[in-house]
Amino acid sequence: METNKEKVKVPLTVEQKIRRRSFISFGAFFALGGTAVAGWKWLLDAPEETPGITAGARAPLRRALNKTELFFRNFFSNNHLVKTYPKERAAKTVRVNSLIGIEDDENFDMANWKLIVKRNNQKNLLIGIEEIKALPKTEIIYDFKCVEGWDQIQHWGGVKISDFLTHYQLQDQSKMQYMGLETPNGAYYVGLEKDSVLHPQTLLAYEMNGKPISLEHGAPLRLIVPVKYGIKNLKRIGIMNFSNSRPKDYWAEQGYDYYSGL
Amino acid sequence: MKTIKEKHSFLMRWTHWVNFPVLAVMIWSGLFIYWANDAYGVSIFGFTLIKFFPEWFYNYFHIPQRLAEGMAFHFLFMWFFFINGLLYILYTIFSGAWRELLPNKHSFKEAWLVLLHDLHIRKTAPPQKKYNAAQRIAYTFIIVMGFGSVVTGLAIYKPVQFYWITWLCGGYDFARILHFALTIGYVIFFMIHIVQVVLAGWNNFRAVVAGFEVVEEKPILEPDQVITIAKTDEEDGNK
Repeated sequence: METNKEKVKVPLTVEQKIRRRSFISFGAFFALGGTAVAGWKWLLDAPEETPGITAGARAPLRRALNKTELFFRNFFSNNHLVKTYPKERAAKTVRVNSLIGIEDDENFDMANWKLIVKRNNQKNLLIGIEEIKALPKTEIIYDFKCVEGWDQIQHWGGVKISDFLTHYQLQDQSKMQYMGLETPNGAYYVGLEKDSVLHPQTLLAYEMNGKPISLEHGAPLRLIVPVKYGIKNLKRIGIMNFSNSRPKDYWAEQGYDYYSGL
Repeated sequence: MKTIKEKHSFLMRWTHWVNFPVLAVMIWSGLFIYWANDAYGVSIFGFTLIKFFPEWFYNYFHIPQRLAEGMAFHFLFMWFFFINGLLYILYTIFSGAWRELLPNKHSFKEAWLVLLHDLHIRKTAPPQKKYNAAQRIAYTFIIVMGFGSVVTGLAIYKPVQFYWITWLCGGYDFARILHFALTIGYVIFFMIHIVQVVLAGWNNFRAVVAGFEVVEEKPILEPDQVITIAKTDEEDGNK
């Protein structure tokens, strides 16, 4: 403005105004559009996260998944129950989607199976299936939801994890932030945060449609956690452990959300 | 004589152009998710008319085996979609712009006349303000659809924590169908929208970028006295 010696202000003609405003607007439009394209390319080409507890996702997308988890965990409540159905609605043929940790375990010996509960600074607890069946039984008929998008009403029976933890005096362990579960051969493993473990509908299941679970559905004992997608519902539990950091999780290593909560 | 007439506010233009790429990413990543359980189609008497989607479609767009990636994109861009949509709705409510957007009691009858005019069956179109009757209906409906996508999305995203939303959407399965159908709706909307934009021409398009329209106004009385007979929004008696 300092060069503006004489203030001769010729008003702009309409044509000039149109040109000027169009130039500024379209200039800004293409500049912002270019920024958006550059941002998109940055995200598409973003490096994969450093493999650890989670892996396989672009680093910024993993950060977003974890932040989104924190936001939606605010809405989690043990009073929010999954919808239940009458027994007749349960599927007779229950879908089998994955056999990781089962079909790849030729040495599995059902007769000598024991659940191994790892306790910090204490001896491992070994629990047989008959002991677990002696605990109070809880049944649930609910809509099992797979991360793939399908769902099926299924009927499961077992012991509530919260009842199980109380009975075996694992309260100290259950105060820790996470529970980890693994198949006996360690090929499949999941991590669950405390809230979902203690949810009143989370079961260690040994019955399906009123009969003992078949091998392909995770005999002798499997996890049923209705507040999670199927990927967290580990079949054939071998080892249970507790920690304050995220236990390793099979599908979280394949780019899926660690939380996978419903 | 040409004059500049303000048409679209900055916020309307901003949210419009942000929504376009964001919705595109949502549809793209949504396809990755849908592929993993591509259960939908249209059939009559057991005869499949349309399958969502045929193999060539998946392969052309590199859709298969990308569920985890799709979810990661979807659950990031949902935030932008939601915040952008919320911004538009709040702006439209508080600025009073809803008066030019929402259909009124004449809109449904007039929209028919607009359609006949657009199809070259009728010579004249009913008088309009910023949006004609058909646009009022279409642009209001697309906002309702956006709201529907957020609600049905939440219903299938957190069906236990937001069980009441899932219930409102008619259950988990129906919510997923609605969520999918809304997306098909966007694609149909988009195709009609593009045709209409091309037909409406440059002046109309420029207004959605630059905000103004150029209108021809006839000066009356002395030529140097700028008194015009063009209607402005305030003068228009159409309530």
